[in-house]
Amino acid sequence: MSTDLVLLAVLMGAVTYPSRALPLLAPGIERLPRWTLDYLQLVGPAVLAALAAVSVMVATTDGQPAFHVGIEWLGVFISIGLMWWRRNLFYGLAAAVILVALARYLGWA
Amino acid sequence: MDIAASRRQLWQESAGIAVSAAGFGFVYGLAARGADFSPIEAMAMSLLVFAGAAQFAAVGYVVGGLAWPGVIVLTALLNARHLLYSAALAPWLRERPAWERASMAHLLTDEAFALSIGHFQRIGRGDRRGYWIAAIASTFIPWNLATLAGVALGGQIADPSRLGLDVVFPSAMAGLCVGLMTGRREVVAAAVGATVGVLVSLVAGTGVGIVAGGVLGPLAGMLVPRAIAHEDAPIGTPASAEHYAVPGSPHAAFEGAEVQHADAPERPS
Repeated sequence: MSTDLVLLAVLMGAVTYPSRALPLLAPGIERLPRWTLDYLQLVGPAVLAALAAVSVMVATTDGQPAFHVGIEWLGVFISIGLMWWRRNLFYGLAAAVILVALARYLGWA
Repeated sequence: MDIAASRRQLWQESAGIAVSAAGFGFVYGLAARGADFSPIEAMAMSLLVFAGAAQFAAVGYVVGGLAWPGVIVLTALLNARHLLYSAALAPWLRERPAWERASMAHLLTDEAFALSIGHFQRIGRGDRRGYWIAAIASTFIPWNLATLAGVALGGQIADPSRLGLDVVFPSAMAGLCVGLMTGRREVVAAAVGATVGVLVSLVAGTGVGIVAGGVLGPLAGMLVPRAIAHEDAPIGTPASAEHYAVPGSPHAAFEGAEVQHADAPERPS
């Protein structure tokens, strides 16, 4: 059983812990310039959007990235729509999985 | 409100969050297994990082072949919001010994912050037991048990794509992203992040593309003038924590806390 990523988990935990602990242990240390707060506020949406888009729009074959169009796009769009409408991630995930599985079962994708 | 009544409310809110955390942790376990994480690796992430969005993102980074330094930098940026939660909680927990505050810090999540600060505000002081209820019962235990279940079950499925499970990861990322939309700046940051991510990936590989999208998207979002940004949940506030918490978590759990800027926390009496 692979344990290669355990070290990565340790390092990710190590860079997360200071932001959780420093103000609790040394109050006042968290004062940040306004622009830094603005930037940090936007990191989440940008990273998650990049991950989602790259995951469904870029396929790597033999080390060469290529633009990909597939049923996964529709699954992700449905997930986005349901999340926007119902504010519940699980509805979107369930709909996306069912749609993609059904399309593949029927040979449409 | 007296402390017993507030703790009862805290338990009720924690139960609702726990159900959502368990479901979401299960999905994370499935996604991690789909990316060839071993059970030990997936559990190490849940125990040591213990931050849902960052863990999901890490699955994508690893699949995309992103080098570890990139993973670590993006993780630090994505989790930096905890600095503000920690600052908001500090005045309420200042009486606790340093070793205990250091332990509490590891379990500080969006959910633990929102639940505990709501509880502290209701009773007008800090409450050590209340914090542990909010941190452990609502999230840490269900998240880790569900991760284990997801990664174990995911390993039993021979061809996840046949069941559509390969779409879980991008759908979860997109859904989480929608959950973080609290103003026009976020919309611009996400749109630019996605576009840059794809374009750069096609030229330089997915690892570079994800970093480029994640770094340049926020810069584009900051170009939107504050006057038209319509920001309704500044980072570090309970309203922001609700957006980062497990989508589908009961809203009531976050409504007990007044919105306040974490860099000017209300001091307990």
